[in-house]
Amino acid sequence: MTSPLEQKIRITGPSIVTANRTADGAVIYRNRTNGWSTDLSHAAVVRNADDARALLAEAAADDVGAVGAYIAPVSVKDGETIKPGNLREHIRQRGVTIDLLPVSA
Amino acid sequence: MYAYDELDRTLLNERVAEFRDQVKRRLSGELTEDEFKMLRLQNGVYLQLHAYMFRVAIPYGTLSSKQLRRLAHIARKYDRGYGHFTTRQNIQYNWIKLAELPDALADLAEVGIHSMQTSGNNTRNVTSDQWAGVVPGEVEDPRIWSEILRQYTTLHPEFSFLPRKFKFAITASAHDRAAIKIHDIGLRLHRNAQGEVGFEVLVGGGLGRTPFIAKTINPFVHGRDLLSYVEAILRVYNRYGRRDNIYKARIKILVHELGSEKFAAEVDKEWRAMGETALTLDDGVIEEIRSRFTYPAYEKLPHMPEELKKAAADPLFERWRRNSVFTHKVQGYAIVTVSLKPVGAPPGDATAEQMDALADLADKYSFGEIRVGHEQNLALPHVPKRDLPALWKALDEIGLATPNVNLVSDIIACPGLDYCSLANARSIPIAQELTRRFANPDTAELIGRLHINISGCINACGHHHVGHIGILGVEKNGEEFYQITIGGRADENAELGMLIGPAVPFGEVADVIEDVVEAYLALRERPDELFVDTVKRLGVQPFKERVYATR
Repeated sequence: MTSPLEQKIRITGPSIVTANRTADGAVIYRNRTNGWSTDLSHAAVVRNADDARALLAEAAADDVGAVGAYIAPVSVKDGETIKPGNLREHIRQRGVTIDLLPVSA
Repeated sequence: MYAYDELDRTLLNERVAEFRDQVKRRLSGELTEDEFKMLRLQNGVYLQLHAYMFRVAIPYGTLSSKQLRRLAHIARKYDRGYGHFTTRQNIQYNWIKLAELPDALADLAEVGIHSMQTSGNNTRNVTSDQWAGVVPGEVEDPRIWSEILRQYTTLHPEFSFLPRKFKFAITASAHDRAAIKIHDIGLRLHRNAQGEVGFEVLVGGGLGRTPFIAKTINPFVHGRDLLSYVEAILRVYNRYGRRDNIYKARIKILVHELGSEKFAAEVDKEWRAMGETALTLDDGVIEEIRSRFTYPAYEKLPHMPEELKKAAADPLFERWRRNSVFTHKVQGYAIVTVSLKPVGAPPGDATAEQMDALADLADKYSFGEIRVGHEQNLALPHVPKRDLPALWKALDEIGLATPNVNLVSDIIACPGLDYCSLANARSIPIAQELTRRFANPDTAELIGRLHINISGCINACGHHHVGHIGILGVEKNGEEFYQITIGGRADENAELGMLIGPAVPFGEVADVIEDVVEAYLALRERPDELFVDTVKRLGVQPFKERVYATR
């Protein structure tokens, strides 16, 4: 399989880099201080392919801390509020859209 | 139940120790994710949207109460208090932490449960009829042969690196509850004219993006030749199966491209070349496995006990009995299917509390035994009929007495986009809405047997191709859409469903399904003509006209 770093990167709008944390699989976002955060609002937002490639390369270099880094679309409102750009990322950020436990009698 | 020996216990303990070391090395950075991925997959560990997912095998769907309690313990201690029973007699936990997985595996190993070969390109959990050993008319308990296959294929080096995953299913009944025709190898146990036990061997079934119904390549393979014949099939697959394209690597593609007759000839040639091998099972080996299955000491009980006659006056009990209680091979006993499809709940999910309570009920009413079916329901296989009223009340108290088995709200669904990293669309909310639409049990009974299957992507874990009504989630321009098929079935007359029209958006799926069902009620010739039979008689067109007329 082609490494994400070797794939052609096309972004059409603001994007972030996300992955899962190695120890527990939690959703994490590459932040503005070269680390990871579970909070989307701390994510580093990139707006062109070169910046996205650089952010992804930096994220992928942390093989111990994170698994499966990739670029995901976001929307940015009022220049600061970051929101997931599609349903999959919405679910990853907000959790499942259903009650976790089966209904009781 | 099957009694494991010291060899089995040693194998499991060694496996746990090995995986503990692998996890430790992964967390320290000694192993990269690329190096670790195959190792975790070989232990049933996937990475999903929010967390790791841990898939645990329940071979041929048989559990002891002790094992079910341990599954509950795993849910409570290492996950979020529930588990999801799958379409292949496994249970999945959705929120497990990698660092804690070795401890979870060790806890499971103590009761003889493991997660080996629940993922990866190897032979997967061997599945069977959840009513094995208790249903009338069975040729023989198919779990004996399932266990022989399980032992033979577990960690078999030639089968650990196959072109793709490989699934077996076995049935020994005329009515196929194990869905053998949608497996890589399906085995139907029967007797030949001489009264000998053997197998009809079907190969090349499977769903996913290229669905096929399995073809019979040999009408009778003697039981003693099962392993050598299976080995011949896998050798042919290993030799000719494609490894260059993941989408063309399953044996179903090979069987389709070669043609089943040529494939059968290749297998026959390979098998004959093998001659009499160490794989030929002698009667002693078969008997040894057979002897490790223990059966309850059934009492001599009346066919119609007083307790049951008295309870028949309660219409709620009667509805449940009519729906969820099935004939046992021993007089005075019954098989009880426990629906994991309450209205508004995710199909196949059970809480730790429900699992514990069901384990207690199994001890009290079913000789401590529980079964898991591919329909994502559980069963208590040996319930004295006199105890049915008490069992019903106890099940109702824990939310497990929904009388919808095989009815429209007994929906099979994959986890979908709520959990799965492969999914394009959600499955569970669609299932939940449909159970609410068809919550009225009178309506469900009026409709009769109707299986709805939902998959959140083309990988088809919800077996949508073989649902009487199949629902497949797809993504169109960032939105969830769903294709609807009708006329599929997974039993001995297995068929793939046919598309009825353009995909519909998330918000319209339940309306469309209601329209399909209303069309069926209007089109059926008589009340006992099943949905699938009406579709077979009339085809898709009349349904399509009614459903899409106003859309």
